[in-house]
Amino acid sequence: MAKQVSIEQDGTVIESLGNAMFRVELENGHVLIAHISGKMRMHYIKILPGDKVKLEISPYDLSKGRITFRYK
Amino acid sequence: MIVKTLEQIELLKQSSLLVGKTLAEVAKILKPGVKTIDIDKLAETFIRDNGAIPGFLGYGGFPGTLCISINEEVVHGIPGKRELKDGDLVSIDCGTYMNGYYGDYAYSFAIGECSDEVIKLQQTTKDSLYLGAEQAVLGKRVGDIGAAIQSHVESFGYSVVRDLVGHGIGKNLHESPEVFNYGRKGTGKKLPENLVICIEPMINAGTKNVVQGNDGWTITTRDKKASAHFEHTVVVKAGKPEFLSTYEYIEEVLKINNNIR
Repeated sequence: MAKQVSIEQDGTVIESLGNAMFRVELENGHVLIAHISGKMRMHYIKILPGDKVKLEISPYDLSKGRITFRYK
Repeated sequence: MIVKTLEQIELLKQSSLLVGKTLAEVAKILKPGVKTIDIDKLAETFIRDNGAIPGFLGYGGFPGTLCISINEEVVHGIPGKRELKDGDLVSIDCGTYMNGYYGDYAYSFAIGECSDEVIKLQQTTKDSLYLGAEQAVLGKRVGDIGAAIQSHVESFGYSVVRDLVGHGIGKNLHESPEVFNYGRKGTGKKLPENLVICIEPMINAGTKNVVQGNDGWTITTRDKKASAHFEHTVVVKAGKPEFLSTYEYIEEVLKINNNIR
């Protein structure tokens, strides 16, 4: 069985926590805390509760994620 | 990185041997029209009859004994109602847990009448696996394995999956180091003697990008083109690597069963 290095998944933002962190619910029901990626912050991409976002999650810590894309 | 003793390698070898026998047992029933769930059940019974436990069942919540990935599915396909068809390229990945050690390796079967493209993809992936394994010797680095695989398959216009990698194996199914199937020569961690690693090139006919399915496991290629996957467990030795896994049993079945290649 191959080992996964990064997991990409979609989720919905349920709460804005400040400090560029958000609580995100994944499509499979898991809730985790996610950070905006630096590139998104540089381009002032705003994220609000209810937005659908793409996340990158490390297989070593499934409770944290990185938001890499905000869907329109 | 955990370097294994010779006794531990012997136990790993026994576990790997059972994987080979299971894959051969499974290969006997492969033909167009077989449901993947039936293949999975056969493998589970066979592994349990031989006094081992399926290695993948329940690992991170995986629901099957085998990972059966058809055509555009790269790896981690969950056995289900899907039937094998003529011309399919089916990767069957099997794991066992015996005497405290894991065995893990995989083979891609071409089912029935196949196009030349499928056969070529299958053969190239298999060749690249051996080229990569040749680099698993004392003094080389992890990047050497990846570079050998990448340069071979990319010369045919195929691409290497980046999101999934090979791994060390032992008391855990996934151990350090991560064995990338791409990379540059002379980079990465140095390989110590008696390190046991799984080298598994996952080669796509089209793009290298993959997507994860809604079931949380199945990885498919983004452009839905075919993907092949082979895996061997090798021990790093001075001069020449030692293979713990073998395709011998599978090759015997390939001679008998005309439905697969």
